[in-house]
Amino acid sequence: MTVTTHVPDRSPIFLALWREADLIQKIAAVTAITLVLLALLAPLVAPMDPLDQSLISRLRPPLGFDRYKDGFLLGTDELGRDVLSRSLYGLRLTLGLALAGACIGLLIGGTLGLLAGLRRGWAEDVIMAAVDLQIAVPFTLLALLILSLFGSSLTVMVCVLGIAGWEQYARIVRAEVRKITELPFIEAARASGGGQRYIALTHVLPNIVSPLVVQFTLSLSNIVILESTLSFLGLGVQPPTATLGSMVGYGRDYMPTAPWMVVAPAALIILITFSVQILGDWLRDHADVRLRAR
Amino acid sequence: MTHYILRTLAKMVLTLLVIITLVFFATRMSGSPLDTFLGDGLTAEDRALMIEYFGLDQSLWQQYVAYLRGILDGNFGLSFIERRPVAEIVAERIGPSLQLLGSALALTLAVSVPLGVVAALWRGSWIGSAVMGLAFIGYAVPNFVIATFMVLVFSFTLNWLPIVGNGTPWHFIMPPLAMSGVLIAALTRFTRNAMLDVLGQDFMRTARAKGLPETVVILKHGLRNAGVTVLSVLGLQIAGMAAAGNVVVEAIFSWPGIGELLVSAAITRDYPVLQFGVIAVAFAVVAINALTDIAYVIADPRIRMAKG
Repeated sequence: MTVTTHVPDRSPIFLALWREADLIQKIAAVTAITLVLLALLAPLVAPMDPLDQSLISRLRPPLGFDRYKDGFLLGTDELGRDVLSRSLYGLRLTLGLALAGACIGLLIGGTLGLLAGLRRGWAEDVIMAAVDLQIAVPFTLLALLILSLFGSSLTVMVCVLGIAGWEQYARIVRAEVRKITELPFIEAARASGGGQRYIALTHVLPNIVSPLVVQFTLSLSNIVILESTLSFLGLGVQPPTATLGSMVGYGRDYMPTAPWMVVAPAALIILITFSVQILGDWLRDHADVRLRAR
Repeated sequence: MTHYILRTLAKMVLTLLVIITLVFFATRMSGSPLDTFLGDGLTAEDRALMIEYFGLDQSLWQQYVAYLRGILDGNFGLSFIERRPVAEIVAERIGPSLQLLGSALALTLAVSVPLGVVAALWRGSWIGSAVMGLAFIGYAVPNFVIATFMVLVFSFTLNWLPIVGNGTPWHFIMPPLAMSGVLIAALTRFTRNAMLDVLGQDFMRTARAKGLPETVVILKHGLRNAGVTVLSVLGLQIAGMAAAGNVVVEAIFSWPGIGELLVSAAITRDYPVLQFGVIAVAFAVVAINALTDIAYVIADPRIRMAKG
């Protein structure tokens, strides 16, 4: 590990991080921000209604190819819907689902991890046994079962994505809590009469924020992959609503004649996972010195 | 050590019991099996008959016990759609799945062990970074995207490779490749880290000091020691990832294995097949994990000698 002299930096944390980043990380950051903006502003940016069908302009190719139809920059799908607009709305749904899922995972896992770390004994044993179980069983299988049993609604999907990654948070939080509760200031808080909940919320939680942020970012990419995979298999959100994964799934049937139906959403998925994962690694290496060694 | 092995096995059985329990209650929680499968076209009499026949008039606990007892007897129920024992249906699918898994794992080992060693030896130079960059790509690109692009290029554009099934050797190119992307990424990272750990050990310096050629030092003293770690990772982490990847890739290439069966059972809501398939694959993964754990303990003299 290199020794650096620490100069207090008074600029906001994101600016400081930006200055440390290399070119790839900067590109990833710009890509991620652009994707989030596109998702948020999809209704304004999208040139057409994603569900508007036009049977006379089915399977038209993107700009620059023969038979290109004016206005449909990335071509049209089998029902004459605008691929660009559908991709933007798909991006919106994919990112929304992934964020909601990651938040639920963080909430469940964080709470259980906090419980396990603060309250030793049977509560800890049960929670950690559940963590082991979740690690042992390939989650894609359980997701198949749950989606098949409870139907493929948005709510079910968000729940599935939520329980996909909770065990990571639970492990991290428990480990961090154990480390922190050994420190003198927690003992001091306890000695001065602080209750269990008070200590958890005001002393422990703020100290474990940065590993949680890192894990959140890294897990986001996994959740996007899981959601796209399930939607691709036809078990996700049902048509006509589309996520990026289901667009690739349906587009597959038209690949010989209309490969653009697959390329646009697949490219967006890769852009998301790449940029998010690069950002996650970057945060892990820079945001928290304690994690650097790992 | 016996104690450790027994505890690992007990944990495995307990894990399976919990999985079976979860699967059973999740299925029942989603509504009566009769409603979901048979729909409205049933007269009240038929309905009563069916309820009695399947034991649905009993309490949930009695049904649960009956289900467990059935599993012990090797009776996992009948497929809603094919009307034959699910164990039979799943058993037919094991062969093709193992073929795919085997070829994907062979490919993974053949690619990622050399890459991992190279990445460890040339750490800090552009070669190491390039290898780790490749591994990163494997992590970030979902296997269904890899599969889709391969189909687009090699089947539809170049017309070289068939898509559906597992009939000829040509069928064994794209599916294993699609499956092993993420596995190669993971195993390359693990191999590199294991190799880096070993490279810093004292016995490596001793081996060099003895005047052994560098290749012998790296391969015999280095890789052999790192290999134990790599193999344990293969059993503990790669097994689960492979099971998940198997599902997706088989579905894409209509590979007649368990993964394809599970996806189609999920879509057609053939719950008995889905239940048993999930339990069977979970069993396989959990058993591989436990066996790896035990093998690791047996192989490692430091643990083998320890009491307890």
